Amino acid sequence: MTDLTGPQVSTFTAFRATLRRDLLIALKRRNDLLNPLMFFLIVVSLFPLGVSSDPQELTRIAAGTVWVSALLASMLSLDNLYRADYEDGSLEQLLLSPQPLYFLVLAKNIAHWLVSGLPVVLLAPLLAYMLYLPADAYWTLMLTLLLGTPVLSLFGSIGVALTVGLGSRGLILAVIVLPLTVPVLIIGAKAVADVSLGLALGMHYSLLGALLALSLSLAPLASAAALKISVN
Amino acid sequence: MPDSPAASPTVTQPLLRAQALFCERDDRVLFSGLDFELNAGDLMQVQGSNGSGKTTLLRILCGLNASYEGELFWRGVPIDEDREAFLASLLYLGHRVGVNKILTARENLRWSCALHSPVSDADIDAALRRVGLAGYADVTCRNMSAGQQQRVSLARLLLSPATLWVLDEPFTTLDVHGVKTLEGLLAEHVEAGGAVLVTTHHALTVPCTLRRLSLDKRGVVAA
Repeated sequence: MTDLTGPQVSTFTAFRATLRRDLLIALKRRNDLLNPLMFFLIVVSLFPLGVSSDPQELTRIAAGTVWVSALLASMLSLDNLYRADYEDGSLEQLLLSPQPLYFLVLAKNIAHWLVSGLPVVLLAPLLAYMLYLPADAYWTLMLTLLLGTPVLSLFGSIGVALTVGLGSRGLILAVIVLPLTVPVLIIGAKAVADVSLGLALGMHYSLLGALLALSLSLAPLASAAALKISVN
Repeated sequence: MPDSPAASPTVTQPLLRAQALFCERDDRVLFSGLDFELNAGDLMQVQGSNGSGKTTLLRILCGLNASYEGELFWRGVPIDEDREAFLASLLYLGHRVGVNKILTARENLRWSCALHSPVSDADIDAALRRVGLAGYADVTCRNMSAGQQQRVSLARLLLSPATLWVLDEPFTTLDVHGVKTLEGLLAEHVEAGGAVLVTTHHALTVPCTLRRLSLDKRGVVAA
């Protein structure tokens, strides 16, 4: 175990290969890549039509609207995480890797976030502009989404891992995932709303950061355990 | 650590030993009190009628199915105590071949090999040539026939340093040439000191000794 192809090196290789593979698959399936983003765009743009086009009204609901839509868009794309791998047998190969599953699952989660979460973060300012969010809240919105969307992917992964073996899942995924992700929504939306009102922020960032640290360290372990149950 | 098939097993322990395996599914006993040993150089065919638990047995051995009783040893050590060492020496090809249809053959192999130990592009080309897919390295697997997809997964046999091959119905979609190639690979592997556990309804013709494990008769029967 002292040579250069020791366990750390090969764990990193497997991690990188998994990340690369999932990004490659996402790039080749443009629909899956664009669907969550289009969904995010459409839901947010329906609010001015359905609620009110009054700028003051929209300013009030802007933060919540963007955050709720981001959460739903993330849920929409979750199924891609393990479904195809489960069906074609790649998941079994993943589980039979001698490398720690934590890192392999983390690689898949990171790939999922890069494909579904990061575009939402980048698109958010445009939608915030559409909803008359005050300019000084833009950075807060992006920063909270940047901290919060990885948590959505990581916690969501647990739910998908648990349900991937079920024939008809229906709403069960939402029932499992939403209780885990709603705190992120509450804190994220509250932070943006508070900054629009000129209130101090520190605590929101700390809470989101804590949730991110918690999910980064524990969620892949839970996902790995759930995947083992699902292929059983 | 991945060991080469040529590496001699420590002392005289069998590579894989199963002791008093018991598995029940839907209130039906698939097998009970099943004992067998697999030594380096063994080619063992698991036989049994449909639904006799062949796939279940292979999945239990690999650790994909945890609903069983009994003991499993890898080189004399309980598998649960050193799963990493066992997985590093294991290559499992399941019923579902583990080939993503959106990726090309090369991309698929690059990933599935990197999970164990990375391989070079030249090695992938050579392996694909050997399984009769020369020139198919960069073809999307969706555009391949079922047999060709199976061959992509079989290329992993050539790229993996694993000692133990566990193959679940690897012959199903192969044509005559494919069957010949695979039989050749199996014989080469056991010749080099590896071990193979395979389920198939196909009558294997191999130059080496073939051991049979029959799940209908509950035990190892002579070749």
